[in-house]
Amino acid sequence: MVVRTEDRLVLHPDVALRPERFGALAYHFGNRRLSFLKHPDLVAVVEALDGERTVGEAFDRVGVAESRRPAFLTALGTLSASEMVRAA
Amino acid sequence: MPPEVVHQPPAATRPLVDEFRLGLDAPICLTWELTYACNLSCSHCLSSSGRRDPRELSTEECFAVVDELQRLQVFYVNLGGGEPMLRPDFFPIVEYAIDHQVGVKFSTNGTFLDRDAARRLAAMDYLDVQISLDGATAAVNDAVRGAGAHRASLQAMEHLADAGFGAFKVSVVVTRENVDELDDLRALAESFGAQLRVTRLRPSGRGADTWDRLRPTQAQQRQLYAWLLGRDDVLTGDSFFHLSAFGEALPGLNLCGAGRVVFLIDTVGEVYACPFVIHDEFLAGNVRDPGGFTDVWRSSELFASLREPGSEGACTSCGSYDACQGGCMASKFFVGLDLDDPDPECVLGNAEELLDRVGAGVGAHGAPVPRPTADHSRPGVAVPSPVTLRPTRRTRP
Repeated sequence: MVVRTEDRLVLHPDVALRPERFGALAYHFGNRRLSFLKHPDLVAVVEALDGERTVGEAFDRVGVAESRRPAFLTALGTLSASEMVRAA
Repeated sequence: MPPEVVHQPPAATRPLVDEFRLGLDAPICLTWELTYACNLSCSHCLSSSGRRDPRELSTEECFAVVDELQRLQVFYVNLGGGEPMLRPDFFPIVEYAIDHQVGVKFSTNGTFLDRDAARRLAAMDYLDVQISLDGATAAVNDAVRGAGAHRASLQAMEHLADAGFGAFKVSVVVTRENVDELDDLRALAESFGAQLRVTRLRPSGRGADTWDRLRPTQAQQRQLYAWLLGRDDVLTGDSFFHLSAFGEALPGLNLCGAGRVVFLIDTVGEVYACPFVIHDEFLAGNVRDPGGFTDVWRSSELFASLREPGSEGACTSCGSYDACQGGCMASKFFVGLDLDDPDPECVLGNAEELLDRVGAGVGAHGAPVPRPTADHSRPGVAVPSPVTLRPTRRTRP
């Protein structure tokens, strides 16, 4: 699923995050999927997605450099495909 | 079982598999055998179930375990047994877990999953059911699980489908006898709107007595590997990572999670490294200990040792170690190999010479072959098998 910087996303209400050394575990109680957020910055971005700010604004808030944003968008696309995050 | 989905995000600080090898602060998930009571006597039962253990955890103690899981954010638990539905407090325990942010998947032989139970289960969120079935036909299934077991599993599947449960799981232990039925088993699961899950046969519990006859042949292992490749709709619980030595890695973690990301709580609260090693040597503590299983998980010397880089032993010279990680600890242990020996089902045949040296209760290196610590088999109840079994040992009530 393609996620763009202007999209507004939120963490799915059935998803819980568990902090880990490497980032976080994300568990979706509804579809029973488990995902690994393999970088603390990705966790910070996901936590910054409040439905109000855009993905790009969440990147700004966390301080994700321009060069890393394509990889973060891909990661959010994967999270979106497994319904961990969804459109606000 | 380890997770089915791995998410690949922006550059990680360290490969995830290394994080898991070091062990997490809390497990990802666990197996919890709620009771050793079972109406069946499957010949490969990895917990040698049959009779209820009078010391099994009380309802209140089960609730306390759930509370601990919730505190640690362990998101889901695989309930099993024995037959977990035989516990009179089965539904209260399941409901308590779900109400405390601990998702439940439970394994059942289906006997007690009647229309009412199916409706009750279908009404619950965050619950998954796994019906055990070891053959598409009654002949193949019942040879392992006992007369009538096939009919009971199918009836439960029908009840779940009728109740609109959704995609439950049909769980198959792959054997020499059913490996040719995998397409049929998948079709059968799909006909009930269910998903097929296949796992590896281990020489654990009563399986110690039947493993050598039921395990897939080398040719069948290759057939299974080819069948699994690209079949992402079939779940495996990361069970078959030893097959990755054939070439391309199968999806999943390809890592032994014992004491690192998973563990087992048994009926009486004993904490073992994984569901397949119910043996004193892999006993890390008890949930009734002060500090509960949180302390066991974080402080047990056994778990600490499992998280240390393992010795590759005899596998050092093999170019496939990175693919198979030396295979399954439990399988080695219960057939009388050392833990740094190759997996007894090593697809490159590296264990065959060692297995030839195992005989009459003596392992490949001269030590006795370990027997499962506890046997809850019901006295006088025949274990289904076309072969003659040696008498099972009973060391506990």
